Amino acid sequence: MSSNAIHIDVHHVTRVEGHGNILVDIDNGEVKTVRWSVPEAPRFFEAMVVGRDCTEVQPITSRICGICSIGHTFSSLKATESAFGITISEQTRRLRKILNHGENLQSHILHVGYLALPDLLKVGSVIPLATTHKDAVLLVVKLHRLANETCDIVGGRTTHPIRTCIGGFTKVPTEKELAGLLARFESAIPDLKTLAAVVKSVAGGLPDFVRETEYVSLTDPAEYALYDGIIKSTDVEGAIPVDQYLRVTNEYMNSQSTAKWAKFNRESYMAGALARFNNNHTQLPPLAKAVAADLGLAAPCCNPYFNTVAQVVECVHSVEKTIEHLQWLIDKGVKNEPVSFKPREGRGVGAVEVPRGILFHDYTYDKNGKCVKANCIIPTNQNHANIQLDMDKLVPQFKDRGKDELQLMLEMLVRAYDPCISCSTH
Amino acid sequence: MKPKVAFFDFACCEGCQLQVANLEEDILGLVNLVDVVEFREVLTGSAPEYDVSFIEGSITRPEDEARLRDIRSRSKVLVSYGACAATGGVNKIKNLWGNIDKVKKEVYDKDAAMPHLETYPTKAVHEVVKVDYFVHGCPITRSEFLKVVKALVFGTTPDIPQYPVCVECKMLGNECMYDKGGVCLGPVTRAGCNAICPSNNVSCEGCRGAVPNPNNNAMHEVLAKYKLSVDDIKRQFTMYALDPEVGK
Repeated sequence: MSSNAIHIDVHHVTRVEGHGNILVDIDNGEVKTVRWSVPEAPRFFEAMVVGRDCTEVQPITSRICGICSIGHTFSSLKATESAFGITISEQTRRLRKILNHGENLQSHILHVGYLALPDLLKVGSVIPLATTHKDAVLLVVKLHRLANETCDIVGGRTTHPIRTCIGGFTKVPTEKELAGLLARFESAIPDLKTLAAVVKSVAGGLPDFVRETEYVSLTDPAEYALYDGIIKSTDVEGAIPVDQYLRVTNEYMNSQSTAKWAKFNRESYMAGALARFNNNHTQLPPLAKAVAADLGLAAPCCNPYFNTVAQVVECVHSVEKTIEHLQWLIDKGVKNEPVSFKPREGRGVGAVEVPRGILFHDYTYDKNGKCVKANCIIPTNQNHANIQLDMDKLVPQFKDRGKDELQLMLEMLVRAYDPCISCSTH
Repeated sequence: MKPKVAFFDFACCEGCQLQVANLEEDILGLVNLVDVVEFREVLTGSAPEYDVSFIEGSITRPEDEARLRDIRSRSKVLVSYGACAATGGVNKIKNLWGNIDKVKKEVYDKDAAMPHLETYPTKAVHEVVKVDYFVHGCPITRSEFLKVVKALVFGTTPDIPQYPVCVECKMLGNECMYDKGGVCLGPVTRAGCNAICPSNNVSCEGCRGAVPNPNNNAMHEVLAKYKLSVDDIKRQFTMYALDPEVGK
């Protein structure tokens, strides 16, 4: 094969959630094929919930994703609560926000430490790093454990939470448990600084690639949006109400993917940590802002590889905000709040920012609270077209680097999006 | 030589392999015991054969069935782990529609006939290939997974509970979900989760599948005591593909 002919066929990209393939053909220096495809088996969740009682809908749709089951839980509960006209207490909102942060921290740490770092340290997985970079790995494990145990304590279980229900919680943590968490979160601040320093020391290995695109996320006048908010796009003046999400997502099928694709004002848009950072960075708390500056992350950043860096910044944000919420709950005292509600006929949409971006659940119920129609739009659905268009630009730009480097850059690009592929196929 | 271990997944949320990652420091100990040769979500690498394969997820397409058979042929021991693999889990809810074309139409509408969206009624792993061991739950319980791995490494048979969730729940001193006005599948569901749902004030949904030889009479006595009918609990049996015979 001549040096200007390259064939890349990555069947099932590793260190990502789910099954995705990369195909590139360059012949005589000319780029013939660049394809990001998803062969994941669809599971038909929108059909599963049809005919089910409202109390069963969230336990089922939580199972769309193992990594962001808490985010699915809240999009689902918010959609149902909106359909039934239910408002939640401030205690419930704070407990949910802690879970939302706990999941983001867990997922981001998993991605940065276990999935992305091995590329920058030129190994195939985190396993050899346990010997060569033991302190860094133990730090990652410690932060990951803290995030998971927070979700265990508040949600009853970290994957597929148990205590979260329509209107509130079936059981709340004790003040002793919250105080224990608060102490651990306070001591996590220096650990995060160390993690940021490790990432900074290898961030020079992130490819220098820029493609300006549309960035879509939630936005909230009160804070850097995760749990609450309305839709913001870099291409649109003003915000868009959540119940008008179909204007934004415009999902469509494509023969190269079993997961649906999405587009808004351009051929693609990006959701996730980098989109949130670009849209809402001025609202980050002080330490997260300082870490962003130290890591060289400045908005607008149009290098998709920096999504991983934005995740590090968001880890700091989540720790800072969790401390605030824990303190509030400890000051006010937590109490069991019995929940009761009456189903009513209607439709509700819920949106939450989850680790990989903005997530929508949309349900229609009959008068008995039986689900008659559902639609779930996953962040990775919204990123598939953007990954393809990034590849379309990246391959011609870097084809002279040779097969091995080009292939690694493409795999790293997919990993940078931290895609949840089986979730996007659902 | 350390046993060569591999992890594979089919139609599922990958939440059970996340429980393996969530073992935290214990994984570092685990990789001293076994040689993880293939695990797409965690590492880059592959191997021609395996001493133990862990299979997560349900089978819903002919190409997945072929891939699973190939893995089986290259594995000495095969473990089906997590509800999607062990019983079909929530993926079997679609089978209740009785007509796969209607299921496809509900989700993909006008695109439902696209060839790459082909699917058939969900099968559990043991409905396609021989399974040597099961790890139940949605998601699996981390400590139980560790117990199974250790037993396999040391050549013993993993001790999986053969009694219902009610036993664990009573030992914890929980108030019965039926007394709280709920409908709970604890009397017929296999234990091993330490009654995690009732302990958090939520009825058992049966994610670990039916206990072997479930005591149907006891279930009927519970229903009679709380003035409930089989119909009241039937729908719950369909959440995790619990054998409907149990409720009869």
